[in-house]
Amino acid sequence: MRVVILGCGRVGSTLAAILTREGHHVSVIDRDQSAFDKAAQRLGPAFTQETVRGIGIDEDVLKQAGIEAADAFISVTSGDNTNIVAAQIAQQRFEVPKVLARVYDPIRADAYRGAGIETICTTTISAGLFHDLVLGRSLRTIQEYIGTASPRSNGGPG
Amino acid sequence: MYVIVVGGGKVGYYLTRTLVSEGHEVTLVEQDERRVERLIAEFGEAVVVGDGCEVRVMEDAGMGRADCAVAVTGHDEDNLIICQMAQRHFGVPRQIARVNNPENEEIFHLLGVSETVASTRIIYSLIDQEVETGESLLLAALKRGKIVIVSADLTAGSAAAGKMVKDIYLPGECVLAAIIREEHILLPSGTTELLPGDTVIGVADPESQHVLRDALVGTRPSGARRND
Repeated sequence: MRVVILGCGRVGSTLAAILTREGHHVSVIDRDQSAFDKAAQRLGPAFTQETVRGIGIDEDVLKQAGIEAADAFISVTSGDNTNIVAAQIAQQRFEVPKVLARVYDPIRADAYRGAGIETICTTTISAGLFHDLVLGRSLRTIQEYIGTASPRSNGGPG
Repeated sequence: MYVIVVGGGKVGYYLTRTLVSEGHEVTLVEQDERRVERLIAEFGEAVVVGDGCEVRVMEDAGMGRADCAVAVTGHDEDNLIICQMAQRHFGVPRQIARVNNPENEEIFHLLGVSETVASTRIIYSLIDQEVETGESLLLAALKRGKIVIVSADLTAGSAAAGKMVKDIYLPGECVLAAIIREEHILLPSGTTELLPGDTVIGVADPESQHVLRDALVGTRPSGARRND
């Protein structure tokens, strides 16, 4: 699988290393060279991805990262709006079959979920996990944390 | 009309001031504390403090009843999301976005934000005009700069002086819209003769405007008889 990852922070670089270890072809985009240096420091030889320096909503940068042949695009920069816009470009301009975006704001994550983009709101997922853990409850499925499945505490139809 | 302006920099400030002076109801959203103080001093309760990308802040600003949302922050991604959220989440009928990087303009259109203002490109083309052309002047840019209105002052040495309109070669997308002759406005017909001293108003696409300019006020080919 060819994967383009936008954002070489902890999540982006770790994901890139995991996918590469499994034999997938991964390229990572970040606007800062230092992000790649830090990833190489953190992950050592595991971080061997193709890297592209540039702005993630720049079509030339996306092309350079191989988006035209990509099977998946994942945007995980620290900016919600950048992630959403880049994901929409990947989906609508380059017709990448699988497009994922990390969105911290639950409302924006809901607003853009579906329509070709899967938004992952790590805020609701982490808060939900901590909530269950602190109260000693058993853990739920990711879909329930995201809120796409009906919450178990709320029996009635949504 | 109720207009919500997001971004209280120079563009947002002057836009708000103009709209208020025209009697429109305006809310200006700005998150930067340093800017907010000055904005509140001038616009009072019309200022909402907060991140204009947040739905909660949009609600406080009254986005649900806005006729128009204008996003003029310095960040293109933010402007795009503000317009999309205004459209999708609040059903605002009209959204206008400032595009900071002219290369992003097409992306705005692709992603459903059709009304864009690329100030950098507009200013650039204005300066380019000024530098390149002495005698012709860009009056206005329409359709996001895809159509321009230019004026040209004819002198005796201008290529079009003494010619009839039908004898002027006008390529592709350009028309002569009006001739201003001593304070009168003439509608050009094929047999109208252009005279030195005329101001000619033309409408063209940006690619044709240089050819239009040359046809009107360019230097005559050598050997042409001068009228003066």
